[in-house]
Amino acid sequence: MERSMAFESDLNLKATELRLGLPGSDEPEKPSTTPSVRSNKRASPEISEESRSKGSSCVSSKVESGERDSAPPAKEQVVGWPPIRSYRKNCLRAKKNDQVDGAGMYVKVSVDGAPYLRKIDLKVYKSYPELLETLENMFKLTIGEYSEKEGYNGSDFAPTYEDKDGDWMLVGDVPWDMFISSCKRLRIMKGSEARGLSC
Amino acid sequence: MGPNPKMRKEFFDSTRSSPFPDEVLERVLSLLKSHKDRSAVSLVCKDWYNAESWSRAHVFIGNCYSVSPEIVARRFPRVKSVTLKGKPRFSDFNLVPENWGADVHPWLVVFAAKYPFLEELRLKRMAVSDESLEFLAINFPNFKVLSLLSCDGFSTDGLAAIATHCKNLTQLDIQENGIDDKSGSWLSCFPENFTSLEVLNFANLNTDVNFDALERLVSRCKSLKVLKASKSISLEHLQRLLVCAPQLIELGTGSLMPELTACQYAQLENAFNQLKNLSTLSGLWEASAPYLPLLYPACTNLTFLNLSYAFLQSHELESLLCQCPHLRRLWVLDTVGDKGLEAVGSNCPLLEELRVFPADPFDEEVIHGVTEAGLLAVSYGCRRLHYVLYFCRQMTNAAVATIVQNCPDFTHFRLCIMNPGQPDYLTNKPMDEAFGAVVRTCTKLQRLSVSGLLTDLTFEYIGQYAKNLETLSVAFAGSSDRGMQCMLEGCPKLRKLEIRDCPFGNAALLSGLEKYESMRSLWMSACNVTMNGCRLLAREMPRLNVEVMKDDGSDDSQADKVYVYRSVVGPRRDAPPCVLTLSEVDEASRCDGSPTNQNPSRYELPSWPHAPCRTGLRWAGFSSLRNLFVVNAWEHCVS
Repeated sequence: MERSMAFESDLNLKATELRLGLPGSDEPEKPSTTPSVRSNKRASPEISEESRSKGSSCVSSKVESGERDSAPPAKEQVVGWPPIRSYRKNCLRAKKNDQVDGAGMYVKVSVDGAPYLRKIDLKVYKSYPELLETLENMFKLTIGEYSEKEGYNGSDFAPTYEDKDGDWMLVGDVPWDMFISSCKRLRIMKGSEARGLSC
Repeated sequence: MGPNPKMRKEFFDSTRSSPFPDEVLERVLSLLKSHKDRSAVSLVCKDWYNAESWSRAHVFIGNCYSVSPEIVARRFPRVKSVTLKGKPRFSDFNLVPENWGADVHPWLVVFAAKYPFLEELRLKRMAVSDESLEFLAINFPNFKVLSLLSCDGFSTDGLAAIATHCKNLTQLDIQENGIDDKSGSWLSCFPENFTSLEVLNFANLNTDVNFDALERLVSRCKSLKVLKASKSISLEHLQRLLVCAPQLIELGTGSLMPELTACQYAQLENAFNQLKNLSTLSGLWEASAPYLPLLYPACTNLTFLNLSYAFLQSHELESLLCQCPHLRRLWVLDTVGDKGLEAVGSNCPLLEELRVFPADPFDEEVIHGVTEAGLLAVSYGCRRLHYVLYFCRQMTNAAVATIVQNCPDFTHFRLCIMNPGQPDYLTNKPMDEAFGAVVRTCTKLQRLSVSGLLTDLTFEYIGQYAKNLETLSVAFAGSSDRGMQCMLEGCPKLRKLEIRDCPFGNAALLSGLEKYESMRSLWMSACNVTMNGCRLLAREMPRLNVEVMKDDGSDDSQADKVYVYRSVVGPRRDAPPCVLTLSEVDEASRCDGSPTNQNPSRYELPSWPHAPCRTGLRWAGFSSLRNLFVVNAWEHCVS
């Protein structure tokens, strides 16, 4: 209906645009009226990685600009969402802080192309083969065997980890104990980049 | 017994509509407990209205601004118990400014004069100060029951006043409030000769309480049935309390942190063994696996188990559930996972209510928690399920359809897919069919919360099928005004509608003109409603209060948060500066240039049309506002 179109244009859509950001923030967000843009893909690991990495050159940015624009900033929260009472939120937050200091060594594991991360407790594993087997089962992929000279030659996937200094290393390069004490998070690279690491 | 000629005469007496003497009528009506029944009864005729007014002992006020305490007292002279609710529900999620209102004090002042023998006060989302609590404690000598849920503005000093002065107190129930927790010494304020307490719930508090005082209190209150302790109560403390009160029906433990010796463990085991009558168990903060078996002996008769602060794994939950064959209500954290919920399905055939809360709601990246599989498993095992609150990170249309097929008796279906606007993760389609299935299958549905990627189709379904729906919560959903229109035109019993972050604008808002007076309230925030739309609503419906709250830095013409509710007392006078109350009167006086009692400077429209325009619109057929064309004309007129 023509009138309704005119109505719409008078409404100053920019001002009324729905955003997922906090009120007053100017972040570009995905518009809510186009379901096709909305995918079930979360903020890709690269985005959150980028915001955290210390400019390490090992990590190549694989973020397509379109992807960046369409996904909300990884850590930004919507006010009052999910709808949980403040009382409960405060209780859970206190508990979460306790857990971080407690037993267990949880690190996040991301796989290139997968929408979600997983968390694993490194303390549960005794050796690299155990860890790799778990990762293979968890993400349904084949990493293969590690060799000092050739890395994970032939595999489409290369497990890497970020150490305490912010550097990205190939899993297996250092002794297990050193790995356990320095690993901050894991990333399973895929494709040509992964194959590049095996040289 | 032959007919009483006097009664027959009264029956035919045209000046008297009721055949019963007042005393009889009052006696009969006093047996009515439900306030909905009482409202219906009061509409029959004047005699019944009067009799009902005189016999009403408990009054329920769902919105404190819909009526004044003076009017309440005038109509119901003999009230002993009051339940009062204040702020809109979204204030629980920080969407309402702190100084918004809902102060209980003006009510207490009137009650002190009109209901000096008031016994019970239950408040939800009200602003309550220490002064008010002290006023309450001092002015009502018969006061027995105080329940504060989701209130704020008071400290433990206020609780001290209650403990000090309320000699006849039987219930003190403090839940999930924003309390300024100064110290636990308030518990010592109960006099040594005070023994009437039956319910004590202080789980809300964090500071250490004076344990000796608590122990003495519990041992001398022989009628204590409900004891819900705070986190600061250790296992050792708990053991000493349980020994004093084996008659407890509801128990909230303190912290279950590991710290007992073997001997202490045995003693606590004994204490739990004595709790033969326990029907509700909660608390369980920092519950750790070795201590869960302590609870087992007390679980045999449990009907309500609240584990929503206990970070349990699936196998721990399963072991606990094996001990609770009569469970009807279960609240858990999603740490138990789908596996834990399978255990629920297998072990709880009598389950009626399930609430699954997220342990880590703000960590979007990580997969954990529960999925559609968990709720599906529950639905296969628990066919009597009628209340669900479920926070999850993925859901499918097919799963929801199966769930409601298994459990068609849902009265409360609250599904929260935590990522806003997320589609069915298997088909990538909107979640419309899920909620379509819910409203089609669950004919008794009273309360619905929707989430996920939803188009207007969801709301078409809701409007078409949800004939018993009373409360509806909508967030990040819908495609156009039509969505909201469907809800407003369709659901005949709708009382509370709360909407946030949806593309509904003025046409949608105004399509409910004829509906809002039959509802308690409407909340719309972060939608496309403008100030003009709100002004229109206020002008057309003088018995509605239309309140607008502005966010900092937003466009002046946007109505960021709108709260609309019916009221018999007109606009409230205690609104803070951030709340603008729009009303027909104010608009008219502003047109004339005379001052209003609002703070208008920020919200003044640069060019306000004068009367002829309005008149013109009325002539155009104002009652057909649902016609977008008419609204367009209005918008062109005023913008």
